[in-house]
Amino acid sequence: MEAYTINAGWCKGCGICVAFCPKKALCLRGDKAVHDPESCVLCGMCELYCPDLAIRIDKPAKRAGKEAGA
Amino acid sequence: MAVQALIRQRFFPHLWCPGCGHGIVLNNLLRVIDAEGHDPYSLCMVSGIGCSSRISGYVNFHTMHTMHGRALACATGIKLTKPHLKVIVPMGDGDAMAIGGNHFIHACRRNIDLTAIVLNNRIYGMTGGQYSPLSGPGIFATTAPYSSIDNMFDTVKLASGAGASFVARTTAFHVREIQSILKKAIAHKGFSVVEILVGCPTYFGRKNKLGGQVELMEHYRDSTAPIGSKKLEENPRLVQRGIFVEEERAEYCAEYARIVEGAVKEQ
Repeated sequence: MEAYTINAGWCKGCGICVAFCPKKALCLRGDKAVHDPESCVLCGMCELYCPDLAIRIDKPAKRAGKEAGA
Repeated sequence: MAVQALIRQRFFPHLWCPGCGHGIVLNNLLRVIDAEGHDPYSLCMVSGIGCSSRISGYVNFHTMHTMHGRALACATGIKLTKPHLKVIVPMGDGDAMAIGGNHFIHACRRNIDLTAIVLNNRIYGMTGGQYSPLSGPGIFATTAPYSSIDNMFDTVKLASGAGASFVARTTAFHVREIQSILKKAIAHKGFSVVEILVGCPTYFGRKNKLGGQVELMEHYRDSTAPIGSKKLEENPRLVQRGIFVEEERAEYCAEYARIVEGAVKEQ
């Protein structure tokens, strides 16, 4: 499964994720957010900012293991 | 469990405008519920009328969409009959402070264990952008084309003065702060009030020439500061964010159970 998904059916193209992405890894194409996996570091800020709940990041399993061990 | 499992996906995309702050609050509220491992059926969301009150339709908990301003009254009834439920009451600024102003102060006074989230966009969004009791003087609205002359309530001072035992304020820009405050507010035993400043780009932003959703988020980032911060010391006119009141006080349902127990013993 893709770690990063944008549900285009829910995205309203408000541009908040684009404006506040610390790595500028998002842009608007048409009126939908598009993600550039090359510059994205999966920090997850866009996921928290999205008013449409359209962004979903499934963090890699190793991070979950680290959290469980902490 | 992902937050998508906590929503009624059949109603998405939601009805809020692009960039509406209510969606950001819903997003982060769901993340708190998910992280804290609350069973969705141990939660009840009660709301009144307004854009913000539509939140209850989207969450897959027990929900009740009630009358304008009367969400707290209905929530009080639910909490008294089912004290094991965690009851969350999202309200708009008009719903909480104007139409439901009386219910709000009396819920604070009783200190009943509810979590009231006041989503303050400083305008009545759903009905077309009329000014609200939290708009303040100098604000433009459809009903104040030459600017409002009404003073505004300070939700934090009002709730503290009326007796709420947990009072906090944050903004839609400060998403991690929303999560940390909501986590504490839901866990708090007593009446919790969390005011979240949210952007309404459609009416508030446009009428007041504050720009779109991104500019409104930047406005809330720049015009607020955490309590006791250096930023606030340098500019005391900034709106304070953080937890203002967090006290342990006798909770209404617990006191009511005590009275019932005493009355039963006497018979």
